[in-house]
Amino acid sequence: MDASIAAILLQDGLTNGAIYMLLALALVLVFSVTRVLFLPQGEFVVFGALGFALLLKGQLPGTVWLLLTFGAMTAVFDVAAAAPRRRAAVLLRTAALNLALPSAIAAAAWLASRHPVPPSLAALIAVALVVPLGPMIYRIGFMPMAHASILTLMIIGVTVHFILVGMSLFFFGPEGMRAEPLVGAGFVFGGLIISGQSLLVYAVAAAVAAGLYLLFERSVYGKALRATAVNRTGARLAGIRTHVAGKLAFGLAAAIGAVCGVLMVSLTTVYYDSGLAIGMRGFIGAVIGALVSFPGAAAGALAVGAVESFVSFFYSSMKDAALFLLIIPILLYLSMSRPGAVAGEEE
Amino acid sequence: MKLIKALACSLSFAACAAGAQVKVGATIPLTGPVAMLGLGQQKAMQMYADKVGGLGIEYVVLDDASDTTAAVTNVKKLTAEHNVDVIVGSSSTPQCLAMLDAIAQAEVPTICLGSASAIVSPMDDKRKWVFKIPPNDEVWIEGMARHMKANGVHRLGFIGFNDAFGEAWLQGMNKLAAKYGIEMVAAERYGRTDSSVVAQVLKVLMKKPDAVLIAASGTPAALPTMTLRERGFKGKIYLNASIATKEFMDTAGKAADGALLSIGVGLVGEQVPDSNPLKQLNLDFKARYEEKFGKGSFNIFAMQGYDAFRILERALPIAAKAAKPGTREFRLALRDAIESVRDLHGNTGIYNFSPSDHSGLDTRAVVMAEIRDKQLNYVPE
Repeated sequence: MDASIAAILLQDGLTNGAIYMLLALALVLVFSVTRVLFLPQGEFVVFGALGFALLLKGQLPGTVWLLLTFGAMTAVFDVAAAAPRRRAAVLLRTAALNLALPSAIAAAAWLASRHPVPPSLAALIAVALVVPLGPMIYRIGFMPMAHASILTLMIIGVTVHFILVGMSLFFFGPEGMRAEPLVGAGFVFGGLIISGQSLLVYAVAAAVAAGLYLLFERSVYGKALRATAVNRTGARLAGIRTHVAGKLAFGLAAAIGAVCGVLMVSLTTVYYDSGLAIGMRGFIGAVIGALVSFPGAAAGALAVGAVESFVSFFYSSMKDAALFLLIIPILLYLSMSRPGAVAGEEE
Repeated sequence: MKLIKALACSLSFAACAAGAQVKVGATIPLTGPVAMLGLGQQKAMQMYADKVGGLGIEYVVLDDASDTTAAVTNVKKLTAEHNVDVIVGSSSTPQCLAMLDAIAQAEVPTICLGSASAIVSPMDDKRKWVFKIPPNDEVWIEGMARHMKANGVHRLGFIGFNDAFGEAWLQGMNKLAAKYGIEMVAAERYGRTDSSVVAQVLKVLMKKPDAVLIAASGTPAALPTMTLRERGFKGKIYLNASIATKEFMDTAGKAADGALLSIGVGLVGEQVPDSNPLKQLNLDFKARYEEKFGKGSFNIFAMQGYDAFRILERALPIAAKAAKPGTREFRLALRDAIESVRDLHGNTGIYNFSPSDHSGLDTRAVVMAEIRDKQLNYVPE
């Protein structure tokens, strides 16, 4: 192994690392607002990726039906909760958000599958198909149990994961898909092949990381979001609408996941069940950031990408084992250096 | 499950009605990840005759949903509730392996459509009830190694799945390498849903191989194929038969051009020379199949699915002379009759079963083909 190979490995690792970073950031985001270890984050990636690939092929992604169904379910939940108190405004709002909006997105997707559209528009529709799923999943799966323990919330997450993977197989079939890159150009630098698409991935990852950091560390609004996780009752007393915060966090996470998928599907083949594999790598990154620190999670995810690339080179058969072993020394270090800081310990 | 059965009956078989003598049970995946295999085979089963040499046949088809537990449950249901004389299925290796115990316990001869050698070897008291339609990995590998030798491949790199499938191919190739003057210079693994294989490809290319063998299945094989070409690999790329899908060629696009596969005769039936003993048989079957199910519907799984019937067609009359269907004696006689099948020309290959070999195929089942513009082209030896 020489320097040029090391450079190629590092570049490949960082490209994957950037994808994992987006996932890690979304995981930290959801966790720090709702205390949910959101395992199905990877499914948003798959839905975004395969939805985009299908739209480019001129087919209607099955996620359209998922969106409409979840929308209807959410509306029923909202109506059931609001009806006894006869709050017409709530009914109107839920009808607009969960029935009208999904229908509009579905109609756009249907049109896009009928007429050839530019890839950028297809990408936009693919993301739009996924984003509302985030708040809907929160409303149906997590909101009724928002006060439960972290463990209970995680188990709900596992359930949601299995439901979504099953749907994913049904909608997209067992074979993987790929799409043409959104940015075709690229250049060769020494032995490095730097594609335009990978540059786009870096840019998006950096922008999302910076945005989330600023939102949560620098803005009052971000601090309010964070307060809901620390102390729900206290946050409500201080005038923070905790359920809106949860929906917002899930919506952002779904958006990050879907964008991640759209970017990824032109770099590699994505399968109906790719979500867990990618999500777990993002999760390791998030754990490195102790599930609370955005910069820590970002750095951790990049490290996961790099380690994966180098281990693949030296011991490809041991790759997954090495990756998941990585988590043990990290947890040890975290729990010894900062007792109480590791997520999972109830407040 | 009952509903699915009833549905399968009404769709597939006129002979589901009573009055038949021999009962053939089938457990195949009609839903789930490997449904593609099962659906082709189910169509082939609709072409099974309902009478063989004066014997009426009744069919019971159950869906195992690509699930190992369901496959085992189906075996128990078929034997205990339906008292079948023989089972066809399931379609993929994990289900077939899971079924072994239940099959041996019920003492019912079974014709599996899964591909791994482990289904029928090492031969033991359980596996003696099981016969297998697709060729062993060794047969595919040997066909490929023969082509490598003829085309001056001395240094071979390997990139395969990090699972039992990849391992079987690696060991198979290692075993045959010396015989065909091939040196295995690198062996790298990757996972089905991995997002990059750059590292593995670099490692393989450092050893300057003449050719690289990719042991994977379907679309996951596209990633190493594309990465190899992207990194400037000019040598030959060999792919195994289960990669020969339309989805793979669509996904890999131009990068797949020139890749070589060892495949069954049926997939390039029109192109093989007339001297090939399987050519006419395959063309006839394809014509019948496409007449029934539409042009372009023909696939390798249907091809293999029908071979199970060719074996039954030969073995059932022999067993019927020895015992009455529905009895243990009949199942024993049928097992012996299948084991004694020799020189049976099927779509897949020429079957020669023996007490020690329940796969029974040799390299006559294999031809080489090259991918060009998303089409398979026969490559003469």
